[in-house]
Amino acid sequence: MALRPFVDWVIAALLVVGAAFALVGSIGLVRLPDFLSRLHGPTKATTLGVGATLAASMLWFSTRGTGVSLHELLVAGFLFLTAPASAHLLAKAARHVERRDGGAPPPHDGATVHEAKPTTAPGSRRPLDGTSR
Amino acid sequence: MNTPTPITGAIVIALALLLTAIVLNVWRLLRGPTAPDRIVALDTAQINAIALLVLLGIARDSALWFEAALLLALLGFIGTVALCKAVLRGSVVE
Repeated sequence: MALRPFVDWVIAALLVVGAAFALVGSIGLVRLPDFLSRLHGPTKATTLGVGATLAASMLWFSTRGTGVSLHELLVAGFLFLTAPASAHLLAKAARHVERRDGGAPPPHDGATVHEAKPTTAPGSRRPLDGTSR
Repeated sequence: MNTPTPITGAIVIALALLLTAIVLNVWRLLRGPTAPDRIVALDTAQINAIALLVLLGIARDSALWFEAALLLALLGFIGTVALCKAVLRGSVVE
């Protein structure tokens, strides 16, 4: 088949690009400074990397002569659906842990905090009076 | 295994990149510092493992590896949600 070398190069490029994106997401997980940034890296870059790898798999198994292979779409669709949901839950969990441990609250909470009470630390905008639980 | 050359080279490179990614995830999993950090590390390692399984499926030219990837995608999401619920509420099933 004259198209075969071209398809092979496309599959090879998709594999390398996908793995590189997964690596970039994982580097972000290690290098970024705070939790919400660390959440940002993997949920986008790594999902995209898996998407490229799955596209390569679809091309590979569809050009084997055994018919079109579409079941990779199942994994891709499922991952693209669940990645935002799990990221949302993780952000909620991180916010919960942060408030329980008495750290600085997320920015949009600052407006509703009682202004009259003195803060305990210069950096924190919320008094550590146990109501943050 | 009789794969053409560009794909054989790409599989080796992608394998190295993905394994490095999983090692970095394990580093974050051990380091923390908070529980959500560890959950994100596990979730990312699971997504990288899916990519690794699909890659091995291409390398071995067998569609069986794909079933394991699908299973991991389903169970990984449920595990992440359960761990998040445990952090948020103190228990998974209330």
